Formats: sequence, C-alpha cells, structure tokens
Amino acid sequence: MSGAEQIPVVVKEVVPVNDLITRFRFVHREGRRLPSFSGGAHTVVEMDDNGIRRRNPYSLMGDPADTSGYSISVRRDDVGRGGSLYMHRVVRPGMEMVISNPVNLFALDLRARKHLFIAGGIGITPFIAMMAQAHRFGQRFELHYAARSRSLGAYMGELSERYGDRVHLHLDDEGTRLDLERLLARQPLGTHVYICGPKPMLAWVIDTATALGWPSEAIHYEEFLAPPTGQTFEVELAASNKRITVGAHQSLLEAIEAAGVDAPYLCRGGACGQCETDVLACDGRILHNDHWLTDAQKAEGTKIMPCMSRFEGRLLVLDR
Amino acid sequence: MTKTIFEPSILSRPVYGELEPRRGQGHLMVADGEGAEAILDCLARAPEAAAMLARTHIIYCPGPNGTDLSDRLAALGAAQFHRAPSFAAALPRLRRVLGDARMGTQVYLAGTEGLIGQALREVTDAGLPHTAVQTEHRGSTVRRVQCVHCKGITEDVRTDPFQCSHCGLWLFVRDHYSRRIAAFQGVNIDAEDPGQVPTPVVRFQ
Repeated sequence: MSGAEQIPVVVKEVVPVNDLITRFRFVHREGRRLPSFSGGAHTVVEMDDNGIRRRNPYSLMGDPADTSGYSISVRRDDVGRGGSLYMHRVVRPGMEMVISNPVNLFALDLRARKHLFIAGGIGITPFIAMMAQAHRFGQRFELHYAARSRSLGAYMGELSERYGDRVHLHLDDEGTRLDLERLLARQPLGTHVYICGPKPMLAWVIDTATALGWPSEAIHYEEFLAPPTGQTFEVELAASNKRITVGAHQSLLEAIEAAGVDAPYLCRGGACGQCETDVLACDGRILHNDHWLTDAQKAEGTKIMPCMSRFEGRLLVLDR
Repeated sequence: MTKTIFEPSILSRPVYGELEPRRGQGHLMVADGEGAEAILDCLARAPEAAAMLARTHIIYCPGPNGTDLSDRLAALGAAQFHRAPSFAAALPRLRRVLGDARMGTQVYLAGTEGLIGQALREVTDAGLPHTAVQTEHRGSTVRRVQCVHCKGITEDVRTDPFQCSHCGLWLFVRDHYSRRIAAFQGVNIDAEDPGQVPTPVVRFQ
C-alpha cells in the first residue's frame, strides 16, 4: 500500500471556529497514542464520499508534544472539488475514519537563530504546531498573521494570549496591513522565514525577501495545491495493462487508484515528488500543474506528477 | 594569481566558486593574502560598484606566505576596511559584525582554506546556511589539519606526512574535512609499523 502508514481513528470533536473554518479532532480507535510529529507536519485524511475515495492533506495544528490526538482545521471551499464540503457536512463526532501517519514537508530549520512566521488566513494551522515546538525548545520566533477581518482570523485571540507580543495581527478591515519590506529588512542574521497562505502572498514574500538579498535556503513555504478539474481524458497504464478514464473532477492519481492500481504518493498536492511517474508515450499535451518538476523537465514531457497534472490529446502511456 | 583549481576528490572536501556581486542590504567580505584579488575582481564586475562599496565592510589579514595587499583594498574606498595582523586578531570584530548584521547581508570569503573555513564556521554559527555564503580560493594551499588522535590543530601544514605540533605523531593528511572544526583530518601513518614513516613530500604550498 502506498502513502504513509494508515491509522484507524474516530472523530472526537467537531468545533465550528468561524463562518468558514471548522476544527476536527481525531483519536485512535483503540485508545492508543498517535505517532509523535514535528511542527509543520500534515496528515492525509481519507473520505468515502458516495463512492469517491478522497484523500486530502491537512496540517496538524496541535501541540506536537500531545500525542493523545490530532487536530486539523478545515476551511470550507464551496467551489472546490468537494473534500472540504464533505468534512463540513458529513463528518460528525463518533464517526470512524482513516488518516495517515504524519508527514513533514515544512519542518523548522533548526539551524535558524530566529523563526519568522507569515500566515495568511487558514495558512495559520502549521504555525500553531511550529510555535508550540519552538516555544518548548526556547527558540526565538515571531508570527505575522494576516486576515481580512478579526472574525475570519481563526485562533487570533488565543495565539495573542499565549504568545503575547510575539504575535502580530494584520487586518484588512482595520487598516493594519503588513509592511513586509520593513519587516524583512530588519531581521537579524540567521532568521528563517516561513510562509503559508494564498499563492499571491507566497510570491509576494518570496520576491520581497529575494530582492533584499535573503538566500533561498532561509525562505520556506508550503503550498498545498488542490488538483485542478478539467476535461475527461484517457490514459494507458503499461505496467498494469489497463486503460483508464480520468473524470473531469477526478485527479489522475485518484483515477489510477480507483482502477485498483497501487501508485506511490505522499502529499497529494504537487509538492513532495513521491508520485513522479515516467511517461512512455505521449501524443498530445501534458498539463503540468505541480511545482516539483523543473521547467526543463516539464518541457521534455517524459515525467508526470499524477496527483496534480492532466492531459489533453490522443494518447498518454504511463509506466505504472 | 587567479583562483585555484583543485583535483576532484571525496564529497567532504570543500569546493570553492568565484565571487559574484549579489544584490543585498550589505556586503561583508573577509579575505587573507591573495584573496584580496578575488575581492578586487568581484567589485570590478559589480554593475553599481560605488553603491555596493558604500555598503561594504572588508576584513583582511596577510596570507600565510606573507602576501599583504592591504593597500589595494584600502584604496577601494569601502564603507569600512579593517586590516588585522592575523585571522585570530580579526575574530572579535568578525563576531561583532555578524552579531549586528541583518538578513540580506551578503557574505564573501576569499583566500586560503584556513581563512575560508574558519570564517565560514563563524558565519554558519551566526545562523546563515553555508550554501548561502560565497567562497573563492586564492593563494597558498597550506592546510589547517586536526590530529584525529590528540585533537590538536596544526596550522599551515605543507608536507604529507607531517608531525603533529601537539602530540608528535606522524600524520597522513586526508582530504576528509570537517566544517564544524574547519580543518582537514590527519591520521597516524605508522600506527601498525611504528617508525616506518614515508619521507615527507611538500604537497601544500
């Protein structure tokens, strides 16, 4: 079985946080402790949505020292593929579910002298775990958390209370927007910056830091992409000798799995590289949607990341 | 003298590049001996050399073979130029400068492996990833070597084997290098046949 090892859990709590965000807590079905994790880790939650098997990654937001259960926060996306709607509408306390062991693609760089966290909206979740870890180990950190309003800034009050003046809130409707260039220009040598939020925010921070001379090694970010929808297309799986159809709202990886073929994966969001697959023949155009392959590799067309990418054309044969 | 080309070796053996002017809030340049020429060449390539110099701090000491190009570096007109008689003498200043520096400061190290390695250790201790630091080797190839037996460090090693300046063992100079200690590793060459020491050959000049 591909992916990280699975854990049978039961839903312990479902707590609405604000109009868009709900928090879920999972505990082991047999009351065991869950594996320990490090700040920035995520779990992949499996959903059986009327016959469609969904597997979505969510950042663990609890204190890494607490292994009695895992907490995640899910923002409802009314126009998404349906995973977040399923979590909001179907998941209730007492329900049995399956989640994966934690995987961390967004860990603290422990060489840092100081950690600078920049969160936009629901991007706060990995930082809640990272701050608990940094706080426990006595490391310097500072959080800048931007949201449209106080009511949409989940956990703002609790975090300010817990960490005092290490937490800075930036709210559009209160006119306290982040002066990013000033912030990044004043950081002591040895600071690492971590960004989690919407794509334009990531680009803004990366570009501003780079222009100031920050090395790329000190800039960390995590962006889970949701697999884009598109036209239905057909794919041949050479190793398993199958021909499959990928539905408009299905990812290629999901279609491969639905056909009973065990394909490797970890993040399911175009970031980790685990699902990289060789293209044996291609008559058409691969729509590369990941940020794992380099531009040169994408142009070459001999590799594809099935968790994110799609195809348009006559024939695509994969080594799977 | 131009940059030194070393034979490819094992993975831990440091490799050096060529200093390029980079965009940054400040520029810290540390060099010894012929490393001064790497700084001069780098600044000569800078598109806006005057603006870069106005934010540049140069710390320099003479090389192990006596090369002292202080006058040429002083004539550049950098915001700060400091000549120290040795790297050890420059260390308190380097630590202070790193302690006050902000992210966006570019670090450039040039000269001998001893200077580059020891300065790099200070920079990484200050929290900058080692891959973010530019280095260029110029001048003497003498080595800083740690005796793996007594742990003493001998500076400016020229021959292989050489006699440890602390415990007196005859040591074979490996390419195996420690970034943490900023030194190559020296291993006793006559451990199995005491007294059978090959004639020392000058390998590092």
